[in-house]
Amino acid sequence: MKNDRFDRRAFLKGAVAGGAAAATISLPRAAEAQQGTPASQGSTAPANTYAYLNSEEAAFVEALVDHMVPADQYTPKGTDLGLNTYIDRALAGGWGRGERLYMQGPWRQGVPSQGYQLPLTPAELYRAGIAAANAFCVKTWGKSFDKIGAGQREEFLLGLQAGKVAFENGPPARVFFTTMYQNVVEGLFADPIYGGNRNKAGWKLIGFPGVIAVHYQNVEKYRDKKYSVDPVGISDMS
Amino acid sequence: MTTKLKEVDVVIVGLGWTGGILAKELSAAGLKVVALERGGARSTEADFSVPAVRDELRYVVRHDLMMNTQKDTLTIRNNPSQEALPMRRLGSFLPGDVVGGSGVHWSGHTWRWTDMEFKVRSLYEERYGKKHIPEDMTIQDWGITYDELEPYYDKFEYMAAVSGKAGNLRGKIQPGGNPFEAPRARDYPLPPLTPLLANEMFRTAAQNNGYHPFPRPSANASRAYTNPDGARFGACQYCGHCQRFGCEANAKGSPHMTVIPIAMRNPNFELRTHAWVTKVLKDPSGKRATGVTYTNVLNGEEFEQPAGMVMLCAYAINNVHLMLLSGIGAPYDPASQKGVIGKNYCYQTGASATLFFEGRHFNPFMSAGGSSMTIDDYNVNWDFDRGKQGYVGGFIVAAGFNTALPIGYRPVPSGTPPWGTAWKAAMAKWYDTAMSINMSGSVMSNRNNYYDLDPTYRNAFGLPMMRMTFDYKENEHKIGKHAAQVINDIAKSMNPTRLNPAVARTQPWTVVPYQSTHNTGGTIMGTHPKNSALNKYLQSWDCHNLFSVGANVFPHNAVYNPTGPVGALAYWTADAIKNRYMKNPGPLVSA
Repeated sequence: MKNDRFDRRAFLKGAVAGGAAAATISLPRAAEAQQGTPASQGSTAPANTYAYLNSEEAAFVEALVDHMVPADQYTPKGTDLGLNTYIDRALAGGWGRGERLYMQGPWRQGVPSQGYQLPLTPAELYRAGIAAANAFCVKTWGKSFDKIGAGQREEFLLGLQAGKVAFENGPPARVFFTTMYQNVVEGLFADPIYGGNRNKAGWKLIGFPGVIAVHYQNVEKYRDKKYSVDPVGISDMS
Repeated sequence: MTTKLKEVDVVIVGLGWTGGILAKELSAAGLKVVALERGGARSTEADFSVPAVRDELRYVVRHDLMMNTQKDTLTIRNNPSQEALPMRRLGSFLPGDVVGGSGVHWSGHTWRWTDMEFKVRSLYEERYGKKHIPEDMTIQDWGITYDELEPYYDKFEYMAAVSGKAGNLRGKIQPGGNPFEAPRARDYPLPPLTPLLANEMFRTAAQNNGYHPFPRPSANASRAYTNPDGARFGACQYCGHCQRFGCEANAKGSPHMTVIPIAMRNPNFELRTHAWVTKVLKDPSGKRATGVTYTNVLNGEEFEQPAGMVMLCAYAINNVHLMLLSGIGAPYDPASQKGVIGKNYCYQTGASATLFFEGRHFNPFMSAGGSSMTIDDYNVNWDFDRGKQGYVGGFIVAAGFNTALPIGYRPVPSGTPPWGTAWKAAMAKWYDTAMSINMSGSVMSNRNNYYDLDPTYRNAFGLPMMRMTFDYKENEHKIGKHAAQVINDIAKSMNPTRLNPAVARTQPWTVVPYQSTHNTGGTIMGTHPKNSALNKYLQSWDCHNLFSVGANVFPHNAVYNPTGPVGALAYWTADAIKNRYMKNPGPLVSA
């Protein structure tokens, strides 16, 4: 799998130069389908084309979402749920470009109670944060995040979460982690129209019924009873 | 180049609950009224229809109905020695934007604040002595009484379709209601909401612990309803998308489907959207407001709107900001404690426990905004002895659900890994089988919690931002610790499979995560120009034709949600203007 990723990135770089990117990008996905992972059954998963992430960043995000949301009895893995697509679209869109974010100086670090104070949009934070994270991984383990083993990824992410990993000359590691983690959660549980939560797998995981919500009678009828329905998303009703 | 417009009788700044109530009442009284709203228009039909409205990412996470901090925000710090920095994105509180304001995305909790707030200093000094009140706690009486406000609470409750159960009808305690509430002339217009499992389990546990649980009064119509103005409500569908959403069923009392459309039908009333007010103008004497200046944010054009009366009805923070920007009244100075504009900013405190019950089904996605069973034993119960606890104020404890959507609400027991298979297993197991018990606590005013203008940062109009200086003090820490203990005692008595106990907030206030959109004070009402910005009719002591209506008039913050008294005070002020001020314009209270 790791070799797969490596080959793909190398291949991609060449392929873009050759002008045949679209055909090559879907290759790893086809290879996964042949392995018969749960998500690939009847898969209409689109090829991983990215609107914001470059190939190094895409590899990082794919590795991140597959580590945090592995394939198991509960859900397919993160990339099969579109979490990477969700994050890429969020970064390419208004939120990633700093919509509703006050971006005037002067810039100060402040204290934690003052919240986000970086002179970076979320998209810029990802760009700087992934570069710094990969530099840290290379320095520590000799390889970038997408190529280190699962145990090393776990160690690295736990270190980020606990504030034990610091980036030299990079953005604050905790802020970068907190943003990514929030986005992974959003990708798993936001409406599928945003590119993640494919087949409403996140909602099925916890039993959230989605957007149909007329419970005037159900509130009594299902008191202390399980309410099992196939979840419905916005596009299912539109 | 500013275009000067024709004078009108009344200009209203901001069209949410208070602006909407005044627009309807004053235009009906024959006054020519113009409302200036900095956001756009919104309607239930166009903007809150299913399925598009059921979008947690858009409305809850990305704040679609809220103030845009790119254009205007405030700077924040915990104490006067810190450098304030901008709140670069929303977090702890969420002021509304557009027509209807925060009245569109609130949950509907509607309380009657009592004389325990309005006479706070007198009552505490009388019972506990002056020494019970800390030296830096700047609480003071409001200058109004519950009896004066009772008819206006009633009016707001019947207009906004509040569902609830009376606990005290004209002095007679009613079973099932809140026995500690102040006497009311009549019951709520609608019966309480249907209780959820979490409500019922908490009710039983609270009763077993000697408390007095009751269903929280809430402007979520438990049945279809037509209010006295003829506005029609659908029945609440317990859709689980209440707080931060507009209601597609018109079941949540909101200004955009009640008072505002009624005002709009009156030819005396005109609404101008995308009109951002930057200043209140005064005459050379400084004793009279002459109108406002505003910018049409669709094209940058500037206008002056002269008016006989100016009503500040924007979000509480913005009402204070406009007073400071316009130089009306003396700015508050914490060192000398002189000046009144910016004084007594307050917030609220909270804590919660999560209880996990294997085998139960809470269906957290089925709830109204007000699906909450509550106890008031440590709040308006004056028999509760604060002397032993050593604090001023109190807290309510409650259980239920409100907008328990999956990005934000996925309870797992402490110690669950933050990602991976074990994380997913825990979310799958506990989403439907957990409930929480939470508390809301009062925040008393303090000399070092206040607003002024920021010396450095500016908004999109080049104007100095508001600067907020706030932190919880020892009084709030004591309330939090006591409340956490009460919550945990009740929770343990329910024998949950697992329990994440409540922990009191003792760290500095932070701008993240979300806590409460209950920001109060800054231009407070009171008994004298030396201690307050406004008199009891919310009329400026400095300019008699300037009124400010919102939670910015509260001299301190109680345990309860603020909208009940905000709405009641809007009707109270409208009556004072209609019955007294219009006949004889001038100060309604002599200084």
